[in-house]
Formats: sequence, C-alpha cells, structure tokens
Amino acid sequence: MLRDEDRIFKNLYNDLGWEIDSAIERGDWSNTGDIISKGREWIIKEVKESELRGRGGAGFPTGLKLSFAPKELGSRPHYLVINADESEPGTCKDRDILRFEPHKLIEGCLITSYAVNAHICYIYIRGEYYREGQRLQSAINQAYEKNFLGKNAFNSGWDLDIYIHYGAGAYICGEETALLESLEGKKGHPRLKPPFPALVGLYGCPTIVNNVETISIIPTILKRGAKWFASLGKPKNTGTKIFCISGNVNNPCNVEEEMGIPLKDLIEKHAGGVVGGWGNLQAVIPGGSSMPLLPKSICETITMDFDSLIKAKSGLGTAGVVVINKDQDIIKCMARIAKFYKHESCGQCTPCREGCGWMWRMLERMSEGESTYKEIDLLYDVTKQIEGHTICAFGEGASWPIQGLLRHFRKEIEKRSHDEPIIKKKNNIPYLIDQHLLEEDNA
Amino acid sequence: MSIKKISKTQPSTFVFDKDNLREAEKEIKKYPKTRKASAVISLLYLVQKQNNNWIPLAAIKYIAKILEMPYIKVYEVSTFYSMFNLSPVGKYFVQVCTTTPCMIRGAKKIVDACKKNISRSQNELSINNLCSWIEVECLGACVNAPMMQINQDYFEDLDEKKAEEIILKLLKDEFPSPGSARNRKSNAPEKGKTSLLEVKNA
Repeated sequence: MLRDEDRIFKNLYNDLGWEIDSAIERGDWSNTGDIISKGREWIIKEVKESELRGRGGAGFPTGLKLSFAPKELGSRPHYLVINADESEPGTCKDRDILRFEPHKLIEGCLITSYAVNAHICYIYIRGEYYREGQRLQSAINQAYEKNFLGKNAFNSGWDLDIYIHYGAGAYICGEETALLESLEGKKGHPRLKPPFPALVGLYGCPTIVNNVETISIIPTILKRGAKWFASLGKPKNTGTKIFCISGNVNNPCNVEEEMGIPLKDLIEKHAGGVVGGWGNLQAVIPGGSSMPLLPKSICETITMDFDSLIKAKSGLGTAGVVVINKDQDIIKCMARIAKFYKHESCGQCTPCREGCGWMWRMLERMSEGESTYKEIDLLYDVTKQIEGHTICAFGEGASWPIQGLLRHFRKEIEKRSHDEPIIKKKNNIPYLIDQHLLEEDNA
Repeated sequence: MSIKKISKTQPSTFVFDKDNLREAEKEIKKYPKTRKASAVISLLYLVQKQNNNWIPLAAIKYIAKILEMPYIKVYEVSTFYSMFNLSPVGKYFVQVCTTTPCMIRGAKKIVDACKKNISRSQNELSINNLCSWIEVECLGACVNAPMMQINQDYFEDLDEKKAEEIILKLLKDEFPSPGSARNRKSNAPEKGKTSLLEVKNA
C-alpha cells in the first residue's frame, strides 16, 4: 500500500482545509518561482522523465503533449485549457480536486501555462458542478490577492489569467475538440483531426487541453523530482492515481493509490469489500462506463494500470471502478449504460447517433427476455459498425462496454433468448421506435 | 440527445435586470473582444437565474443581439445542452441521477419517491406549482450514490426515506441542507479511513 507521505492529494477528504493558507502549509506554492526560472525545456523534460500519462481517460503521455505546443510564440496567442467536464459514469475524482485541492490545480495551471507559452488559461467545468466552480473561483481570487496569478505571477515574470467557463450538461464536451467548440460558444460537436488542437485549437490558436488531475499532479512531480514519481507504480504506468470505487461495495470511496495496485486489494482494503462477500462479485467496470467490464475470474488477479487492463481487453480510463454484485441484473446494468450513450450522443455522425439507440433498444429487449438468438450476433455487428466509424472516440466508448458484455456474459443473454421473435406473439410492443415518439405532441 | 419541448406560452419581451446586465458584461470580458459568442452559455444561465429556471424565446433573441450572433446559433446552443430548460420548471427543480452506479444502489426508489410526492411524470409541476423533477444522466457523484441535485446543490447518500423527507420540505417551500444525508464526510470511506490517517499540515 502507498505510504501517506507519497500521496499527492493530502487533502482529498478535506481534513485540512482548502484555503490558500493551509495549502501553503501543505507545500503548495512553495518554490513555484524557482521551478519556472529553470525554463520550459527543463519542465517538459522532467514531466517526460516522470512518464506521467494523462489522467483523463486516454492515457496519453503528458510530457509529449506539452512538447507539441509551438516552441516560439507566433502571431497567434497560445491557450491552456483544463478539462474539468467530468461526466464519465463512475468517476468523481476531479470534483474532489476542485473542492478540496484547488490550489494544486491553480499552481499546475501557472507552471504548465509557462511551459506552453500561454497567458490565458480556461478551466471548463461541467455545469452541474456549480458549487465546485464557486469554490475554485474563491481559490483563484485568493491566488490573485497574493499576486500568485495576474501580472508577473509569483514574481516569475510570467503573466497569467485564469477564467472559469461552465458547460451545460453535455457529456460529449469532455472530448477535447468538442470542449473547444463549446468554449467558442457553439454546440459541442467534435472536430475532425488533424489538425490537432496543439496547432489549431481554441479560436484557431495553439491550445493544450489537459485533465484536472494531470495538471494538479505536475507541481508535485517538479518539486519532488521525476525519479520519485517514476519510482511509484510500474514502468510506463508510473505514479499515483485517484480511484473512485462505487457500486455494490460496503464502503464506497475515493482513494489515491499507486498505479498497478491489484483490483482485489483496492476493493477489499479500501472499499470494505463487495456487498455479500467476494464470492458475490459478478463483474467490475474498471475505468468508467466506457471501458468493457471484467468478470470475477479476471478480477481476482488483474492490476490497475493502463497496460495490464488493455491486455485484459479493457482499459484504465478514468479509474472509476464500478462494482456489480450478483444481486444485480448485469444485462439491465449495461442497458442503462447504453441508454446513457444514446442520450449523450451529439448527433453529428450517423453510425453513433442511430446505432446508440439501436444498441439500447436491443439490450432492453434482451434484458426483458424478448430477443432471439440471432440478435446477439446482430448486436455485436452493430457495435462493430459504430466503432471506428465516427469522428471522435465516443463511438468506441459506446460500443466497448457492450462488446465486453457479449464477450463475458453471452451465456446469460442466451439463457433469456428465444428462437422465434416475440413480435410474432405480441405485435403491440413498440420495439422499433423511441417511446417519446408515441406521445402525440412529439410525433 | 434529449427531446426539448418549447413552452407554448411565451413572454413577449425579455431584458436583463441591472445586476444581471453587469454580470453579463463581466462574463463577456473573459473572452477576446472578437469572440463574444463564447459567453453564450453563461448568459443563458443568467437568463435562467432571472426567469425562474427557464429560457423563453424572447431571451434567446435578446442574447443573440447582445452577443452579435445569429438567432439560430443561440437557439442551437440552448436546445443542445441538457441543462437549459425551454419550458417552465418548478422553483425547486429536482434532478435524480439514474445512471448505472446510482441505479445499482437504488436510484429507482428515489424516482419512486418523486413520482409519489411531486408528480406522476417527469417535467410536470407539483400541485402547488413549486416543484418538478426529472431523471438525468450521471451527475458525477458516484461514490455518494444514490443522489439528486436540487437547483445547484447536491443531495447525496440518499435512501427512500431521506429523499421523501427532502421532497416534503421542498413542497413546503423550505430548502433542506445539502450534502450527505448520512452526514458522511466528503468522499472518505464511511466506516473509517484507510489512507491519509496521520496527515497534518506540515
């Protein structure tokens, strides 16, 4: 288990207070000026050596991302955008950083802005986190009062302004280009890539988009050294990560742990075990709803890091661990996730807009025992038609959990299926249309 | 995508009051001078704040004028994002999270409590016109499931009884205190912490 002194977020449970004074006592804002005076190359080199991978879901190496920003400031300004649009079901880590460790984020913004040549930083917070946004705003105001932000921030010679921008309840705005569109005052429709945001991003200017957790970790890495960070976890999967353990566990909680911790330890030691005992475990979604679920047999031995989960045909994603025990109907759980994706699809690409609705309706039917054997393969085919045929990764995110269900729980679906389509027996079930279209007003 | 119903009864005009106009100017200043459109979401929020939680069409026209945007672009934004209400909702707008992590911890019971006490179906006002409720997707408090959001505050760690108590208070025009219904501290494990046991401010 990780030692407390190696934990980055010491105020994860708000035992110490979020205000700037207690944050300074914890070691935030201690030698920010010195770090900046060491120069851009040093900062980016250090982050590269720490092998920090983005904490927003994709696990892209952060140092590499920072180095994509043009080295010299051209005619267009650079921007740093922080992605705090946390909406992946099962994930609530950024909320705690915004509430209880806002100064880690703000300090990270200052250092990273300097490293990528940005004088303006926007923090995109999901609209529902209004209270968290207010908390962050008061933290930003405290930093301005101490001259840690603004003109010549922290006497580093660098000017930085941070603004908060609220979203308005669209999951898709967590995708970086959709987030930029939303920030420009448009619908959150993802953009075609390339060009990547690092060259053509917000308002057509070079923009680096990073997750809250990633940016909040950077100051600690630079203070304690890349070697310390790289010594934690596993090679290529270094450092610590906030895990959110929810669902059927006795003690749901957020906890910061080393990367590569066995899933079983995480559930048994920190979350108080599965409701009804380990034997009652049915499946675990290891990284937020987009990642395929793992059946109990894999959960016994799997470790929580990017590469071993990819080997198990899943992924670490945002590390939102959702535990599902045998009291739950696994098909129903996945049907609800499919409904989530149906609701949140932005509607730009046809395979995703139409396919997400198909997948949801088929899964609903399967959970009710109204499907045929043939439909199981048909459903798999639909997921394959969506995956890889959309502009953004939402298509993958929507189809992977269902592929995971088919891979591990096919027998469960087969048990409830029939040979003959139920429509032959009952022809008044509105299978093929959305329920809302039955209302006269909407027809 | 969700279906948005536009209210059949619409006020003919809408203008910001003094405070909100000042707020709006502050929001617009956050962005470069030629990029006023960026403030559209914040301005729509201000409309909701001023106009009992919903956005009339007149306000969409008004914002388009302030931000020098085509009307349709503002209309697009207000229909795309799920937090904008285009028809009246209650003074207390209850949003119950029903996505899988909440669902497996019993969100259905919270929905039932809403059905029983507020109104039979979503988006329908309660008898005294104070409350309305809606099922929403993940609100990002999965560790404190099941939960609901009322206006801007989160109510966490609910069960059927607690949810009912909260709703009954709302119907009496009282705002209950937000946060965990079991007085749980933030996201820490409820039955004793397993980490950060001896941290103090250095």
